[in-house]
This record gives sequence, C-alpha cells and structure tokens, in this order.
Amino acid sequence: MRKADQQTPLVSYTTLTVVWLALLVLLAATIAVARGHVLVKYSVLVPLAIASAKAGLVLNYFMNLRYEGRLLKVMLLVAVAVLTAFIALTFMDVWYR
Amino acid sequence: MTKRRGTSRHPSFYRDQGPYKGILGWLMSTDHKRIGLMYTLALLSFAAVGVCAGLLMRLSLIAPGKILTAQTYNEVFTVHGIIMIFLFVIPGIPVAFGNFFLPILIGARDVAFPRLNRLSWWLYLAGAVIVLVSLVLHGRPPDTGWTFYAPLSIESQANISVAVLGVVVLGFSSILTGLNFVTTIHRLRAPGMGWFRMPLFVWTLYATGWVQMLATPVLAITLVFIILGRFLGVGFFDPSRGGDPILYQHLFWIYSHPAVYIMLLPAMGIISEIIPVFSKERIFGYSAIAVSAVAIASVGSLVWGHHMFTSGMSDTARVIFSLITFVVAVPSGVKVFNWVATLYKGSIVVCSPLLYALSFILLFSIGGLTGLIIGALAPNLKLHGTYFIVAHFHYVMFGGAGFAILAGLHYWFPKMFGRMFDERRAKIGWLVLFVGFNCLYFSMFILGYQGMPRRYFDYPPQYFTGHLVSTIGSWITAAGLIIIFGNLVRSFFKGKQAPANPCGGKTLEWRIPSPPPTENFERLPVIKGEMYRFERED
Amino acid sequence: MAVDYEGKKIGMWMFLFTELLFFGGMFLLYAVFRYRFALDFHGAAAHENIVLGSLNTFILLTSSFTIALAVSAMRQGRSALSSSLQAATIALGAAFLVIKYAEWSAKIGVGLYPNSPVLLQKNPGEILFFSLYYVMTGIHALHVIVGIGVIACMIIFTTRGKITSKKPIMLENTGLFWHFVDIIWIYLFPLFYLIT
Repeated sequence: MRKADQQTPLVSYTTLTVVWLALLVLLAATIAVARGHVLVKYSVLVPLAIASAKAGLVLNYFMNLRYEGRLLKVMLLVAVAVLTAFIALTFMDVWYR
Repeated sequence: MTKRRGTSRHPSFYRDQGPYKGILGWLMSTDHKRIGLMYTLALLSFAAVGVCAGLLMRLSLIAPGKILTAQTYNEVFTVHGIIMIFLFVIPGIPVAFGNFFLPILIGARDVAFPRLNRLSWWLYLAGAVIVLVSLVLHGRPPDTGWTFYAPLSIESQANISVAVLGVVVLGFSSILTGLNFVTTIHRLRAPGMGWFRMPLFVWTLYATGWVQMLATPVLAITLVFIILGRFLGVGFFDPSRGGDPILYQHLFWIYSHPAVYIMLLPAMGIISEIIPVFSKERIFGYSAIAVSAVAIASVGSLVWGHHMFTSGMSDTARVIFSLITFVVAVPSGVKVFNWVATLYKGSIVVCSPLLYALSFILLFSIGGLTGLIIGALAPNLKLHGTYFIVAHFHYVMFGGAGFAILAGLHYWFPKMFGRMFDERRAKIGWLVLFVGFNCLYFSMFILGYQGMPRRYFDYPPQYFTGHLVSTIGSWITAAGLIIIFGNLVRSFFKGKQAPANPCGGKTLEWRIPSPPPTENFERLPVIKGEMYRFERED
Repeated sequence: MAVDYEGKKIGMWMFLFTELLFFGGMFLLYAVFRYRFALDFHGAAAHENIVLGSLNTFILLTSSFTIALAVSAMRQGRSALSSSLQAATIALGAAFLVIKYAEWSAKIGVGLYPNSPVLLQKNPGEILFFSLYYVMTGIHALHVIVGIGVIACMIIFTTRGKITSKKPIMLENTGLFWHFVDIIWIYLFPLFYLIT
C-alpha cells in the first residue's frame, strides 16, 4: 500500500517567475476590462473567468498540483463539485421563488 | 485492574501510561484506544443528561403547566436537542468506536495524526464545556430549539452566542477527526489490505469522514453569521436589512442533513460487522454495501431542502429536493436487503449484539420508510409541523444510531474492557428497552397523524391518551437503559476475563489480546484474502 | 508512529477543502444577494478604492510567488535564501494588512460599517454589500494573520534545522495554506472592487 516517499519534481525559479508575470498580466487585464467598461454584458462572467485562470495558475504551479498524482486532483474535484452543488441547489430556490 | 494488565511482554494499553501519571496519562495520551475510551465515557455521560431532559419533557407533557412553565419547557427541549445532537450522536460512533477500532481494523498502530487526534478530543471537551456553560451562565439558557433558526436566534435574549460558539468548536473537532480518519484509511492500511478487503465499518467511516470535512465548515460559517448578527448586526438573515431567513435554513440544513449520515453511516457499519459474525456467514454483497455507503454520503448531501418544504421555498426546489430524497432511499434499501440476505441460511447465534442489530434493522426501516412519507410533498404539508416528524426523527436517531451504539458497545465490550458481560441481563435490558422505545415513539406517529403539533407545551384534551402512553413508554425506556448500563458497569468491575475472540469474529481486532496492547500488533499483519470468511458447518 | 510525507500532504489538502467550504458559505450568500440586488451592489461598490484593492492584489500575488520560491530554495538545500524569502512573504503579508486597515478606517470614518446609522439609511442591497465586505475581507484578513504567524514559526524551524531539503513538508504545507489564502483573495477582488 505504502509508496516510498516520493516528492514532486522541483519547480524551477524560471517557471515560478514566468507564472508570477502571467498572474500580473491577468491582474492588469481584469482591471482594464472593468475600468474600460468593455464587455459590459458579461460583467460577471469575464472577471470570474480571469480570476479562475489566476487560481488555476496558482494551483498548478505554486501549489504543485500539476505534478501531483491523480488522487489529489480527484479529491479537489470532489470538493469543488460539492460546493458547486450546494450553490446550484440553493439557486433552485432563489431563482424560482 | 489486575486482569487488565496483559502479558508482561505486551502490557495492555490500560497499563502503559506513557510519560504522564494518573489522569494526565489519559488526557495527554495520543493512543487512539485511550482517546476512544475517554470519548465513550464523555458521550455516555452527556447522553445521560440528555435522557434526563427528555424524561422531564415527557413528564411535563402529561400535566402541562404543573411541572414546567412554558419558557422552561422551551429551554429543556433546546437543551435536550443540543446535548443529544451535538454532544452525543453526531460525534458518537466515529469518535468512540472509530477511534478505538479504525486503526486496529486496518492493521495500523495508530491514526495518521495522533497528536491531531488528541487536539480533536480536547476541542470536543472545550466545546462541550462552552455549551454547558451557556446553560448556567447569567441570563437564560438557549430556548430556540437545537436548530437556532434565525431571526429568533438573533433576537432572543438567551445565551445563544455562547451555545453557538460551543457548537462551532465542536465542529472543528469533528472536521479534524474526519480529516484524520480519511488520511489514515488512505495511508495506513496494512500490506495486502486493498480497498475492497477493508471491513465495512471502515468503509462507512471513510464516507463519514468526507461528509464531516465538506459539510461541517458550512455549519461553522453559518453559526459565525449568527454571532456576527447578534453583536454587529450584519443582518444576512434579517428581512428589514435585505437579508433572508430562509437562507439561514438552507445553510443550516446543508450541514445538518448530511449530519444525519454522519450519525447513521457508521451505525450501518457496525451492523454490517455484527450480522455476519452472528450468522456465521459471509456478508452478502460486500461491494454493494461498501459502494452504497459512498452513495448515501454523496446523494445524502444534496437533500437538505426536504427540511424546508413548509418554509416558503420555491416549488421547483421542493420538487427537486423531494426527488433526490427518494433517490437516497435506494442505497439505504440495498444495505437492508443485504443484511437480511446474510441472515438467510446463516447459522444464527442469538446473542445480545445481534438482538440490537436486528432491532436496528426493524426500527431503522420504520424510520426510513416514514421518512419517505414526509419526503413526499403532499403528506409533508400536513405532517411537517407535527409529532410525526418527532417520531420519525427518533426512530432514525435512537432506533438507528442509538441502537447501533448499544449493539457496538455489546459487540466490542470484551475487546475494549477485557471483561465479559452478563448475557442474560443484557437480553432482558434489550427487551425492556425495545418495548419501551416503541411505546414511547410509536404513539408519537399516531399523535402526529392526528395533528398534534411538535414543540408545543400544551395541547387540547383529545391528545391526552397518546401523550400518556408515550410518557409511560419513556419510563420503560429509562428502565431498560438502567438495566443495560447497570449490567455493563457491573461487568466492567466483576466480569470474567475476556478471551481474545469470544464471538468468533474474523476481522483483525479479534486476532489480538483483549484489551489490546498499546502497539496493537506485535508485527503488522499482512492480509491475504477477504475479511469475512466463515467456514460453513453444514 | 507518524504518517509519511504523502499522508501529511493529503492531510493538508483536505484541510484546505474544509477551508474552501467554509468560505463557500460566504460566497453562497454573496451570490444570492448579488443576484437579488444587482443594482445596489453596483452602486455600493463605487465606494471601494480600486487603486488600493489592485495594489493589495499585486502584493498578495507577489507574496505567493515569494513563498513558492522559498519552497524551491529549500528543496535545493539553500535554507538561508529560503528563510529570507519567507521573511519577504511575511513583509508582504503585513503590507497587505496595513493597506486593508487603511481601507477599513477610511470606510468607518465616513460611517460605513455594519449597523451604523449612515448604512441603515441606504438600500437593503447596499447594507448587505458592506456587511459581506466586512465579513469576507475580515475573515480573509484573519487567515492572513494566521498565515504570517505560521510562516514566522517556519523561519524559526528553518534556522534550527527542523526543516531541510530532505524534510521540507512543513514549509510546503505552509506554502499550500498561503496560496489558498491568495486564491480566496483572487476571487474577492473582482467580486468587491470590479463590479461598478
């Protein structure tokens, strides 16, 4: 059952720096979209999509999720799915009331 | 204590105190068995307080106004609910039997994070103390019912904030226990123990652990909102500030319905351990039972809305929640049929653990099937505010989780305490309890069907007979509990020394001495083949 | 007997899942109230200082970067570099808190706080917006404070040699917690500052 201690591969300084720069670009993008009042119709979706892209970068590179085994990824998926289900089912009430 | 020492080479965990002396040797211990025993003791003490509050309510109900005032009645039923739910059944089986047996059942020396386990225990104690303090503190004890519904809980003058804080602390304890168990099951199974070789009790603890981790935080934040509402006036549940009281109910039941499965799944696990041992038969449909535990946990987390059918929730939501409620009955049914199929053609030995297990199946089925009646929208509108709910709830909680705790206590008593109990007295106690239980709660089904509203202090005279029967039932129930625990306490001091495997169990705990040595296993076991192999004697 | 490296990591991730659901309850309330009072939310968000908000986002993203660098440095055995990077993370976290404090004081100064007479005059959606703002950023700030405390302990452990390139798990788990707090902020920022 027990695997030997296997550490995830080391993430290089270069990769981390690139990810950090990408995060700053996304931050600038989300502010620009909000200030410039472009894509007003999607004023909920676009910022959340950009936020999710940022969260994805942090998860995958800073938190090493990209290099983890399938177990952790599935577990994270379960947790997110449960939260989504909680919110979605509550909205079954909120939308139709 | 002399007989609980174990052999000199492998002293039992009673003997081995670790670096501390006396009571500290228990409180500071990270041994899962010591922690499990302390939990058991604490749980049963709180349950005793809860039972007394329940008896007092029943007594008051045959003579409304003569014994308790209306305000005191509200306080007593709130105390009964808070203590029984948050201090007894929710932590219940996982912290007591889970702590004691999970590592042994999977062939490990302890849980994954022993010190975190001790922290859970301390948090549990702290939470319990805070809750109890709220009862005696200056001001009034909580009077909102155990659900703390807003806006009453935000406006009530009683000590709500303290009680709620206690429940939050208990929640942290529960989360850490769940996290600990899930990690233990992932990382510390003995060599050869694949997922589908694990004892079924372990499967249910695994599913329960996930529910504890993912549902409890929602309760924690909800109760924090109550405290913030009381002190800062944030008004999330206050309509005059744009808030919505029904949202409180959503958030509350998002946790508190899955909490039902925190109580019941491990109960089903205990039953799945007991039935094969006393029918000397392989458990029927092992993988179906294992998978149904996970199915109950996942589908059961999505049915909370059925507590709110009469709250003013949208019709769409009502239909959806009712539908999912019916779906969750399927895996529960799978388990019941598998237990019955295991008994079929088995060589049944009628011992007290099996009697409790069999009555669990019957009482849980009554509780579950009446759950379908009130899970359907139309009958729910009539029955939701009545004693029917109270009866259904107690059939599931007491008839289900409560009887399973008693079953587990009798099944594992020799292993935990190293003594045998008196079988005849145990059977008498069971009979008295079973009769009393049905007298106490079945009359509530009838009262509810006749329209007796729940949580009421007083009632019109036509309900008197039903209440009288129920109250008499409460006395019989109490007598049964006294016989049962009197027998166990007596056996703890005077019972014969227990052999390693008194009832022919096949799982790992029966292969080590009673009580177990500190390290559980001299050498970690290697598992070859399935757990439930009983040789046929025909 | 303690669990192995993998087990400790799984345990930490599971703790983060519970944190996710804890904040999830707040996001649920936010979603419902924003859906009901979309216009009030847009109006109320005009009171937010977008410059300070963006600055704080920049600071927290950078602090995530420094703690990730600290983990990488530790894994390569450069523990002195690692502890300075950890210290940098603490400094950035403290800067975040100072700016947060300035923002809160500015709002409280004009009478915008839960249960204040000024706030109670406003529309229900605006009352809820500011209540949510204080509760969510407040609980988030508490997490930053806890994170700073934990990283401080990690610096001590690093200098005492309790964390090494062979045993980096405590630092790695601390990093995971800090990144999680960062991710929460990544969502809070657009939800409170960018909806005008």
